[in-house]
Amino acid sequence: MCGIAGIIYRDKDPLPANGAHRLGADMTRMLQSMKHRGPDSTGYALYHRPSTDLIMRIKLGDGGGNGDIEYADRLRRRRREVEARLRAAGARVESIEDINEYTIAAALDYDGELKHLADYVESVPGAEVLSAGSALEIIKDLGDAQTVGAAYKLDNYVGTHGIGHVRMATESDVDISNAHPYWAYPFSDVAVVHNGQLTNYHQWRRRLERLGHRFASDCDSEIIAVYLAQKMSEGATLEESMRRSLDDLDGVFTYICVSDDALGMAKDELAAKPLVLYEGDDMVVLASEEMAIRAVIDHEIETYDPYESQVMVWTR
Amino acid sequence: MDTVEAPGAVPQARFDPRGLVELDETVPRIAEIDGERASFDAHQLTTRQINLELRRLVYGEGVREVTVRNPGAKHSLGVGILQRCKITFEGSLGYFACGLIDGPEVHITGRVGWSSCENMMSGVCVIDSNAGSLTAAALRGGDVVVRGQVGARTGIDQKGGTIIALGDAGSMTGFMMQRGRQIICGNAGHGLGDSMYDGTIYVGGKVASLGIDCVPGEWTDADTEFVMRKFGIYGLGAAPELQKFVCGKKLYNYDSLEPSERKLVL
Repeated sequence: MCGIAGIIYRDKDPLPANGAHRLGADMTRMLQSMKHRGPDSTGYALYHRPSTDLIMRIKLGDGGGNGDIEYADRLRRRRREVEARLRAAGARVESIEDINEYTIAAALDYDGELKHLADYVESVPGAEVLSAGSALEIIKDLGDAQTVGAAYKLDNYVGTHGIGHVRMATESDVDISNAHPYWAYPFSDVAVVHNGQLTNYHQWRRRLERLGHRFASDCDSEIIAVYLAQKMSEGATLEESMRRSLDDLDGVFTYICVSDDALGMAKDELAAKPLVLYEGDDMVVLASEEMAIRAVIDHEIETYDPYESQVMVWTR
Repeated sequence: MDTVEAPGAVPQARFDPRGLVELDETVPRIAEIDGERASFDAHQLTTRQINLELRRLVYGEGVREVTVRNPGAKHSLGVGILQRCKITFEGSLGYFACGLIDGPEVHITGRVGWSSCENMMSGVCVIDSNAGSLTAAALRGGDVVVRGQVGARTGIDQKGGTIIALGDAGSMTGFMMQRGRQIICGNAGHGLGDSMYDGTIYVGGKVASLGIDCVPGEWTDADTEFVMRKFGIYGLGAAPELQKFVCGKKLYNYDSLEPSERKLVL
């Protein structure tokens, strides 16, 4: 199964005084109401107002260490090495925040090619770039939305738009690397969540690997993120890339894709995976189940399901 | 109705096919009952509590008209009610709404998710807004009326009854349909009536493509009478001009007789 959700606030002010647009809290409510669709892991791709720095969230290891008695030492060494490599790749490190013992968020001043920087960081064994961009932050971990939301203090996260995912693992491991959302490596500020199965995963993975892309997991959903990144690097817009994906990707899927100023959904030609849409003047909310939309909107609303082969994109 | 032994259960644990006795949940008993009418607010209740309260009212208290407020798009509400009664849901329901019902007249003022009214045996279900995919899957009897649009695979495996949608329908509508009728007033998606065995699909708008062995049918007075009667019953106004689609009978070699009918024929 798996549950996906997305929310985009359409008014231009992401910081109202009354505390609305608490993106993190809204997303947690939506994902928690869909916990039955996937209790294995929960992930968020949240967007704040673009900052002047490049924000890179880096995972140094998986929580707990699996009985590794040198785990803490290992994490410390990796953190030092990552920091050194960021500098060596030409980035000026403005600050590094320790999100938890195995995740850091680095604010960087960097003008070069993002792929070069990301590859440099990931050449540290065990390190993985979860997200990179001026507005995007990907937060993912094991457990339900309340657990992850509380552990990463997302309740007060104020943002403009975002997507989320609750995962029921089917064909790859239950760990942070295999959790959604996926960053569209190496494209800044693009992320994807997916509900479904892709049947030509290996074909596309080989194709994209030959073009120099890296894969952080064995999860079929990661293909979508990397595929979109490839199409966009060839000059296509987000919407064009999504439309092409309907022909190129086989299987059953509904996915939501976000960039720094847009949020879009695509549904396969069989319409085999659900999605419910609410389009209001103030916000657009979409989720696998209407229950999730009702978790953030208390008044009566009109919702509908998009049809097969549909691609829709909303911009802020 | 007698209670029966639950398979593999401890000796004293028994369940009732009507769901009046649940092992791990108590009936909330919050409805305001006024003679044969009752209503309750479902906002704070779980799916199971809502269904238990509904069952208590319909089977236990002899209530004939129940209104459920704030269903909050929860799944599986109003399933398996086997008694003639009126149920109104003020709001939207989630997946599997009102499945397996036999007798009730249900009115949903919002929308429903996937697989609403699946395996419905008889009765009426009127949905004021849109419905998701697989609406009225394996419908056996009764009428399902959707005032908005319906999703993909509407009436898949339909074995009887009538589905009316005032809006569009998605792909593979009437897939493997075996009996019954569908009236789609809007457009229909790709693969309409794919692999259907029997039954009739009326479409008011454009058909994106016909499925395998679904062919245009000849319009008769009986069709006009049927459509007008159904539109009259549910106050849907004038019916649009409809095209009729039936099974071409080239794909299969089965009859569509009920077991009892087959006995008579043979």
